[in-house]
Amino acid sequence: MIVIEDLRKSYGERVALDGVSLTVPKGQLFAYLGPNGAGKSTTIRILTGLTKRSGGRASLDGCDIEADALAARRRSGLVPQQTNLDNDLSVGENLDIHGRLFDMRRGERQDRIAEVLAYVELADRRDQTVRTLSGGMKRRVMIARALMHRPAILFLDEPTAGLDAQIRRRIWALIKRIRQDGTTIFLTTHHIEEAEFLAERVAFLDQGRIVVIDSPANLINRVGAWAVDVLGEEDMETEYFATRAEADHGIRGRDGSVTIRRVNLEDAFLAMTGRKV
Amino acid sequence: MRPLLAVYLREMLLLRRRFWRVCLGMSVSPVLYVIAFGYALGAGSPVGGLRYLDFLIPGLVAMSSMTQAYGVSSEINIARFYAHIFEEFQAAPLTNLSFVTGEVMAGITRAGLSTVLIVAIGAAFGVTMHCGPLFWVAVVLNAFVFASLAVWSAMVVKSHADQALLANFVITPMAFLGGTFFPLERLPGWSQRILDLVPLTHAARAIRAEALGGAAAASDYALLVVLGAAAFFIALRSVDAARE
Ligand SMILES: Nc1ncnc2c1ncn2[C@@H]1O[C@H](COP(=O)(O)OP(=O)(O)OP(=O)(O)O)[C@@H](O)[C@H]1O
Ligand SMILES: [Mg+2]
Repeated sequence: MIVIEDLRKSYGERVALDGVSLTVPKGQLFAYLGPNGAGKSTTIRILTGLTKRSGGRASLDGCDIEADALAARRRSGLVPQQTNLDNDLSVGENLDIHGRLFDMRRGERQDRIAEVLAYVELADRRDQTVRTLSGGMKRRVMIARALMHRPAILFLDEPTAGLDAQIRRRIWALIKRIRQDGTTIFLTTHHIEEAEFLAERVAFLDQGRIVVIDSPANLINRVGAWAVDVLGEEDMETEYFATRAEADHGIRGRDGSVTIRRVNLEDAFLAMTGRKV
Repeated sequence: MRPLLAVYLREMLLLRRRFWRVCLGMSVSPVLYVIAFGYALGAGSPVGGLRYLDFLIPGLVAMSSMTQAYGVSSEINIARFYAHIFEEFQAAPLTNLSFVTGEVMAGITRAGLSTVLIVAIGAAFGVTMHCGPLFWVAVVLNAFVFASLAVWSAMVVKSHADQALLANFVITPMAFLGGTFFPLERLPGWSQRILDLVPLTHAARAIRAEALGGAAAASDYALLVVLGAAAFFIALRSVDAARE
């Protein structure tokens, strides 16, 4: 369980987090959505001990991130936004060092390395140097590494950024599997379909503040069921309708390029924050 | 204990990957100094009754164990600013004490390796040193001081460029003035008193005395222990500063 109360962070004059409060119950897959610079990584960095908070409190499974920092870190796994593997070491060595950092015994480490690598479908890469892996493989190695010590809470900071559609889907399937094994997952993304497909609950973050927290279905329903995109001279306008019939009625007599489609989470974000994710 | 060893073993794995390159790197400048200063400049001029080479090589041990121990700062900087591996340590249940100890041990190991190389280079140039236990204690203490300083500086700098600047203004002057290449007695009295506060001066004195088969002064060891402990303590306190 993740509990965050009025979390604040400033870098000098710049306010990165402006009083964020939220609770993620045990075992939930929670998505944290927001545009560049919203404060997504800052939140994760504070929760995992990489950055100091300026104010507020947070706890992971009841362990305060500052007062009980080591216990909190023992419970969490982190896949940061930037790749941070030792390029000159092998996949197995990277995982082994992680296991040692989390105080795992040798035998336990060896078994677990085989297990997590099989889990991310990289069992045959154990002895390969990280430098020679593709970007998608590196991301999966980072997920495997974060799972090494069986964390109760997994933080994934844009786990599919920069990956092609096929690999992205593979990683989604992996994340669903991790969730099914009972791990609480805190995921940031600006791939809207990612949140829609994976998350049980979504928070919209904008300029360091939470705009709304709800399930993807509820967020979409707040806006409507059908969207009509009208392509104008300068830009595109979107109108929302509760039913297909209303939408059909709404486009009658419009000229130019018009499309009718289902409302998605992106529409909800746009409608509630006035900006794109 | 295991998390501490994780920090140390990671450095050792990286060292093993680059072992021959590192050895070559550690040998180049001592060989150049021996040729340039030992032969070209100082061959004929004895120092305090010693051949200049006999004086120089123990000094190079002091200098090299200092720069190699201080070299962990570059490793940490790369881990922090480029590879971001440092985040792995920050997110792990690793105490500051384990982190600093692991990195300092890595620095001491590098210093030990460079000392072995210089002893071999010395032998190749016909200089035999007495490498007894107290010789090694002096090398380790010297490395302890500078590896601790290295960790501290790697934690407080904001970029790798800052680190290079620090090395240029602190480490390089020390390397040249701390009794490595010439006896301090050749300098004016006021500068001797300043250099007496510099750890390398004491390390060079102790290492040289032991290497030449004499007995080093206990005060030199005591000073290195005190300075090392202080640097280590400052390093410990600085780790949290890196959590910006
Ligand atoms: N080390 C830092 N020093 C100063 N400002 C920072 C630092 N890290 C982040 N910021 C600022 O904090 C704000 C939030 O950044 P953060 O990285 O959390 O955004 P994000 O939501 O993760 O964005 P992205 O989608 O681009 O990853 C930004 O305005 C950023 O410029
Ligand atoms: Mg980010």
